[in-house]
Amino acid sequence: MANIIKIINGMPQVIDDNWIVISEVDAATQSPGTHHILPFSYWQKRDVYEVTIKPRALWISPDHDFEASVTQLHELDLIAVDFPSFRDGRGYSIAYLLRSRYGWKGELRAIGDVLRDQLNYMRRCGFDAFAIRSDKNIHDALKSFSRYSVQYQGAVDQPLPLFRRR
Amino acid sequence: MYQYDDYDASLVSERVEEFRDQVARRISGELTKEEFLPLRLQNGLYMQKHAYMLRVAVPYGVLSADQLRMLAHIARTYDRGYGHFTTRQNIQFNWIKLEDTPTILAELATVQMHAIQTSGNCVRNITTEQFAGVANDEVIDPRPLAELLRQWSTLNPEFAFLPRKFKIALSSSAQDRAAVRMHDVGIFLHQNAAGEKVLRVFAGGGLGRTPILSAQIREELPWQHMLSYVEAVLRVYNRYGRRDNKYKARIKILVKALGADVFAKEVEEEWAHLKDGPSTLTEVEYQRVAYFFEESRYNRGAGDEAIFQMQLAANTRFAQWVKRNTRAHKVVGYVSVTLSTKPGAAIPPGDVTAKQMEYVAEWSERFGLGEIRVAHEQNLILPDIAQADLYTLWQLACEAGLGTPNLGLLTDMIVCPGGDYCSLANARSLPIAQAIAERFEDLDFLFDLGDLSLNISGCINACGHHHMGNVGILGVDKDGEEWYQVTLGGAQGNHSALGKVIGPAFRAQEMPDVIERVVTTYCDLRVQDEAFVDTVARVGLAPFKVGIYGQPKAAA
Repeated sequence: MANIIKIINGMPQVIDDNWIVISEVDAATQSPGTHHILPFSYWQKRDVYEVTIKPRALWISPDHDFEASVTQLHELDLIAVDFPSFRDGRGYSIAYLLRSRYGWKGELRAIGDVLRDQLNYMRRCGFDAFAIRSDKNIHDALKSFSRYSVQYQGAVDQPLPLFRRR
Repeated sequence: MYQYDDYDASLVSERVEEFRDQVARRISGELTKEEFLPLRLQNGLYMQKHAYMLRVAVPYGVLSADQLRMLAHIARTYDRGYGHFTTRQNIQFNWIKLEDTPTILAELATVQMHAIQTSGNCVRNITTEQFAGVANDEVIDPRPLAELLRQWSTLNPEFAFLPRKFKIALSSSAQDRAAVRMHDVGIFLHQNAAGEKVLRVFAGGGLGRTPILSAQIREELPWQHMLSYVEAVLRVYNRYGRRDNKYKARIKILVKALGADVFAKEVEEEWAHLKDGPSTLTEVEYQRVAYFFEESRYNRGAGDEAIFQMQLAANTRFAQWVKRNTRAHKVVGYVSVTLSTKPGAAIPPGDVTAKQMEYVAEWSERFGLGEIRVAHEQNLILPDIAQADLYTLWQLACEAGLGTPNLGLLTDMIVCPGGDYCSLANARSLPIAQAIAERFEDLDFLFDLGDLSLNISGCINACGHHHMGNVGILGVDKDGEEWYQVTLGGAQGNHSALGKVIGPAFRAQEMPDVIERVVTTYCDLRVQDEAFVDTVARVGLAPFKVGIYGQPKAAA
């Protein structure tokens, strides 16, 4: 069973995880299991695949146009956002929108090329779960959450900018 | 100038510790080269041809005497005794060891300096003009808003991995001296008819492979909305800017592809969700920040006008220096002095030695209010000098090699480090600048030529802003050889323009002759005191092409 970092009561912790991310390729052949995180594109085409089990989790790629379907996303247990490369920053804006504009309250998980030096930024944009890339030490990655005591600008974790709190 | 409180200081020290850890992980091999790259870039650390280069932030170009002394100390201790001031109003050190950088950053932090986001695909150093707060044609001091933008952009979690670098400039003078429209976002701060501080916002400017002047996307935005509006621009760009091709990833390509109107509409729609939210600036915060920029120590007075006139009359070079290198100040009796870092062929433009930095720091305290500015033209400015002190200052500046009266003249070149240092460059820029400076050593000839900007870039990235030079030189690579393309007619300021290529490129050794032919053609064509850029505008490129390449051959 894989590990992820999950923020529980404000504390980042390493926990066991039994969700499995289903890739775009596999999604066409695999019927959705109860712990599958399915691609958003698969879900959009669910009539085609005659899905009998309602998906509980989806992952969004930065290329997915998820905003039109945002009300249906609220039926899910978990939304994951894929980082195709750690240098692709679109996922931060997607997380911000899901949390601030679309009211997503459930688990928001960063998947893909998730590295420790991005974790604090991701958390500030609203992620509360992090599937660290499997070749990296997940326990070392925990250290990245405690680096900063000061944030100038408002974000999801603290909408008030520092100038309203000074 | 702005003074850190505990929050600002903590954030910078926390950043130093984070980077110390990142460097240690790179050295141990835990971080791959590829993973370390954006991390070090966001701390201003480049791998150049010979060594690491560290770019230190000089927010909106403002330095204190102590900060400049610290830069001198770093130049001497960790580099080869000098630093290079850049078109981003920053300073670069070219010979840095990776393992020294955490210590350098810790030392910088002691004088409220850092290297955060001086590179990388994030919001870069906020720039404004070198005379901000003291210019006599200024409507409102832009520095408080520039500082507020600096804070907002610093470690902004959403915008640390943008499609490309992102540059913001702010200006509030009658004359734009900050090249505002060649920035990703450009803001003109002014006062509207009702006396309110409002912003005119431009987006989508930039040089490089596809040079574009930005388009206006907002008229009269109340200043309180500056952060939320810029946030809206960046969110639209972060989501929809191209990431498939680094040459098409700048916001200018997105603005151009959508059209400025459509882009502005997208921004307005995004901003509608943010308007009046928590990012709306407050009067209290504005006043808190503005307080640090208020200056009431102007008390040295103009001195004896008769003595000053005598000094001018007695020394032609001094009079020329006063004419070219000083500028009217908002307080009567004071002027701003530009110390040229371009004394001639021996020194690359923008290079300043540790000793010179210490002199400048000392003069800023002895004659001014302890403040120094960096200009995007790579010169240093003492913004507040009493007229009575000019003669003494000039003598000292000349002794230190900083008194050349060539501001705005052909030898006041903007030049990137080019192929001698930069690993991106296709050609060298410094030897070209040197050869041209050797050819045009005669100051009196240069005075006669008048205002003429010459900008040189060693590659298409255009760090030397060649498109904006009246004469621009771009180094290009053809089959492994260095060639130089010439553009004419570029300009910064209120009538910003992009230069046009005149024709086939030249070899390095031809360049002094080529520039001489440009100048000779201008002298032949100009009417009375017409400036170079006006002559080009009036006659077009054709006569210059003839002057430079010779008469086109008649068809056989």
